[in-house]
Amino acid sequence: MMNLWQFFISNFDEVLTLTGQHLWMVLVSITVAVVIGVPAGVLITRKPALEKVVLGFANVVQTIPSLALFGFLIPIPVVGGIGASTAIVALILYALLPIIRGTYAGIQGVDPSVKEAGRGMGMTDLQLLWQVEIPLALGVIVAGIRVAAITSVGIATIAAAIGAGGLGMYIFRGVAGVNTTLILAGSIPAALLALLTDFGLGRMEKLLKNPQRRSA
Amino acid sequence: MRTSEVEKPEIAIQFHQVSYRLAEAEILSHLAFEIRQGETVVLVGRSGSGKTTTLKLVNRLLEPTHGEVLVQDRATTSWDPIELRRRIGYVIQEVGLFPHFTVERNVALVPSLEGWEPERVRRRVRELLTLVGLDGDKYAHRYPSQLSGGQRQRVGVARALAVDPPILLMDEPFGALDPLTRSEIQEEFKELQGNLKKTILFVTHDLQEALYLGDRIGLMKDGRLTVIGTPDELLSSADPEVKAFLKPLQRGKRA
Repeated sequence: MMNLWQFFISNFDEVLTLTGQHLWMVLVSITVAVVIGVPAGVLITRKPALEKVVLGFANVVQTIPSLALFGFLIPIPVVGGIGASTAIVALILYALLPIIRGTYAGIQGVDPSVKEAGRGMGMTDLQLLWQVEIPLALGVIVAGIRVAAITSVGIATIAAAIGAGGLGMYIFRGVAGVNTTLILAGSIPAALLALLTDFGLGRMEKLLKNPQRRSA
Repeated sequence: MRTSEVEKPEIAIQFHQVSYRLAEAEILSHLAFEIRQGETVVLVGRSGSGKTTTLKLVNRLLEPTHGEVLVQDRATTSWDPIELRRRIGYVIQEVGLFPHFTVERNVALVPSLEGWEPERVRRRVRELLTLVGLDGDKYAHRYPSQLSGGQRQRVGVARALAVDPPILLMDEPFGALDPLTRSEIQEEFKELQGNLKKTILFVTHDLQEALYLGDRIGLMKDGRLTVIGTPDELLSSADPEVKAFLKPLQRGKRA
């Protein structure tokens, strides 16, 4: 324990840099996954024929072991290669399933009588989506993003294997050298990041799940 | 195609040999009746007899597989559905108020969609809340979850009346209320209708409600309209299904 503490103090800058790299990979991949996943989730509520294809694809991606997925991506041109961009692509792919599923479930879960009233009063599909369905589904959508983000923090540690940096660097080095201190130096900050992400998005989710934002 | 605004057609809604099929099941067959301007027609019948489906054909939430429904002399399928629906107030049993909107925003929904000035919307909302017997100062800023069932239903009625549509569709609007609140709202609604003279198509499974509110009552069975007539005509009908429906009333009288 003493060793670990000393390690953090003497390698403060490096720990910070790796944590920053780690956070950056997660942030970029989750942002892109939200930009792709939320519209995809909305799309399959509109076009049920696509539901199986889209969710099926996201499901299959999820079943690929992460180390293998990183490996598969390396030889692919443009997205592949060694480094953070490949890792980010893999993280995006992993994040898609919970985000698409959350969006889909959130919108499907909106009270049908509310939707019917909206349509019956002459709201267009877009008005219904923006004014009713998305606001009411937001809590569930954020829950999906939360799961995706926490998972990404964990998976991003493996990205070090393809030279993407991040806190996984310490873990891989520690495993190779049978150095518990190094392993902990990587995994403790990663765990803290995951906990912080969970807490932050959990708060947001709770706020959004209560559609009645202020009391009378 | 379109009748001029000045000479309003006498008939507001017309069902022309309307059938509606879903997959292989015939939900409605050969519906033919009309509703005059300002008239309240109440459809009664058992669950699954096609009452709600009939209602949804009017605002084109559904389209007939056969025949046509005319609203103000135009087939629903030739109306722009959005334009059609904004001219038809719609009240359903579950109310369907938006839980994330205040009472005020719920009632203001259609005026806002129609792009009214905010000040005009605000005044109209107050006017409507008063009309349905709710104190605007007290309730405008509440959320639906903070209202009782009866209050919610009043807000639902106010919302449906917001842009003063000539036609109202009401699907068991008072069905979920306790008997006392229910009869209160029925009385107020009857009075309201006396003043507003809307054309109303009303669905209920409560015959008493039908007799009380309807100018004419249509009895539906297995997707057909078996009898349609005034309350008196209905009470003296010899039709077996009508008699079956009237039975509970007589049982009440004997007791």
